[in-house]
Amino acid sequence: MKPDLFRYAAPQAFFPVAGKLIPWFSVLAGVLALIGLYIAFFVAPTDFQQGEAYRIIFIHVPAAWMSMFIYLVMAGWAGMGLALNTRLSGMMASALAPTGAMFTFIALWSGALWGKPTWGTYWVWDARLTSELILLFLYLGFIALKGAIADPVRADRAGAVLALLGAVNVPIIYFSVQWWNTLHQGSSINLMAAPTMAATMLAGMLVMALAAWMYGVAATLARLRNIILERERDADWVRLQRSAA
Amino acid sequence: MHGFALIVRRDLRLALRRKGDVLNVLVFFLVVASLFPLGVGPEPDQLRAMAAGVAWVAALLAAVISLPRLFAADLADGTLEQLLLSPQPLAVVVLAKIAAHWLCTGLPLALVAPLIGLQYGLPADALAILLASLLLGTPVLSLLGAAGAALTLGVRGAGALAGLLLLPLYVPALVFGAGAVTAAMSGLDPSAYLALLGALLAVSSLVGPWAACAALRIALD
Repeated sequence: MKPDLFRYAAPQAFFPVAGKLIPWFSVLAGVLALIGLYIAFFVAPTDFQQGEAYRIIFIHVPAAWMSMFIYLVMAGWAGMGLALNTRLSGMMASALAPTGAMFTFIALWSGALWGKPTWGTYWVWDARLTSELILLFLYLGFIALKGAIADPVRADRAGAVLALLGAVNVPIIYFSVQWWNTLHQGSSINLMAAPTMAATMLAGMLVMALAAWMYGVAATLARLRNIILERERDADWVRLQRSAA
Repeated sequence: MHGFALIVRRDLRLALRRKGDVLNVLVFFLVVASLFPLGVGPEPDQLRAMAAGVAWVAALLAAVISLPRLFAADLADGTLEQLLLSPQPLAVVVLAKIAAHWLCTGLPLALVAPLIGLQYGLPADALAILLASLLLGTPVLSLLGAAGAALTLGVRGAGALAGLLLLPLYVPALVFGAGAVTAAMSGLDPSAYLALLGALLAVSSLVGPWAACAALRIALD
C-alpha cells in the first residue's frame, strides 16, 4: 500500500508529526551551530585586511541567505494554498513569515555592526543592503496584512496573493536597486569585489547556513503547532487533547 | 469593450461630481514636494540634484493616498458586488477601474509635475523627461495599486496598510523614473530608463490586474 502523504495536509494529522519532528530539527540545529561556530572562531584564519571583525560573516551571510530562501518557500506554500485550497499551506506561510523577517533583521543588523569597523559607518546604501531592507518591508507588509484581516481563511488567501505578487517583484526590485547603485557609484563602496575566500571560511559559512536552516524548520513547526491549535480550538480533537492534558 | 467604456465613463463622471477628491490628491502632491526645500534649505544646486527624486517620491505618496477610493465606495454601496456578478469578465472591470483611476490621479499628477520641476530649477529638457517618466510610470502605480487597494478592501486602517504593502513594490518605478531625469541632467541618454519603465509597465499590466481580480474575489467571497 502506498503511504498517503496527502493525509498530512490536514492540520489534525500534521499536528502530532510536527511535534515529533521539532526535537530532531532543534538538536540538528544546535549541533551544526556548535560545529559552525567552532570552525568560525578556531579553524578559519584571520583575514589579513579586516582582522577578526570579518568573523561576523558566519552569522551575516547565512542569515541573508535564509531571509531570501524563506521568502521563496513562503510564496511557494502560499501559492499551493491558493491553487489547492489546502488549509495547512496558508498556516505554513504564516508560520514562516516571522522567522524570515527575523533572519532579514539579523542580516541587516549584523551587516551594520560589520560595516562600522570595516567601512567606518553603520550603513551604506549598497545594492545588497538596500534590497535586504526592502525585503524586510515586504515581510512586514505580509505580516501586517495577515494581522489586519480577522477571518483566517480570507487572511490566508489575501496573504497568498500578496506573497506571490512580492515573489514576482523581488527580482525586479533587486535588479532596479543594482541599477540604481551603479548610477550612483561615486558615493558608495563597492562590495562586489570580494577577495578569494579560504576553503575553511566557506565551510564554516555553509555549516552555519545549514544550522540556520534547521533552526528555521524547528521554529516554523513550533509556530505552526500554535497556529493550528489557535485556529482549530473549537474542533473536537483539540478539545480531547486539552482534556487529556 | 463596451462594458470597459461604460465603467470608465461612469467612474470619470463620479469623479467630476466630487472634484474635491481628485483635487486633494493633486494638492497633496504639490504640498509634499514644497516641504522638502523647507527641510533641507533653499540651495539651488542641492535642490536641482534632488528634484527628480522628490517629485517621484511625492507621486508615490499621492498614489498611495488616492488608492482607498478605488474600490471602497463601490463596496460600500454594493456596486462592486453587482460588477462581480455581471457577465463582464472581472479583468475588464478591474482594468476599466484602473484606467479611470489613472485618468483622475496619475495623468493630472504627471501634467502638474513640471511645475515642481520649475520650482526646483530643472532645465527644460529635464522637465520633458520628468513628464515622460511620470506618464510612463504613473500607470504602473495605478496597476499595482489596484492590487493593494483590493487586498486591503474593508480592512481596518486600510490606508496605512496599503502604503506598507505597495511602497516597496513601487521601488523599481521610483528608481527608473527618477533615474531617467538624473541621467538626462548629467548629459546621459535617458532612453534606457524610459525603456525599462515601459517594460515595467508591460509586466505590471499583467501582474497587477491578475492580483487585483484574485484579491477582489477573496474580499467578496
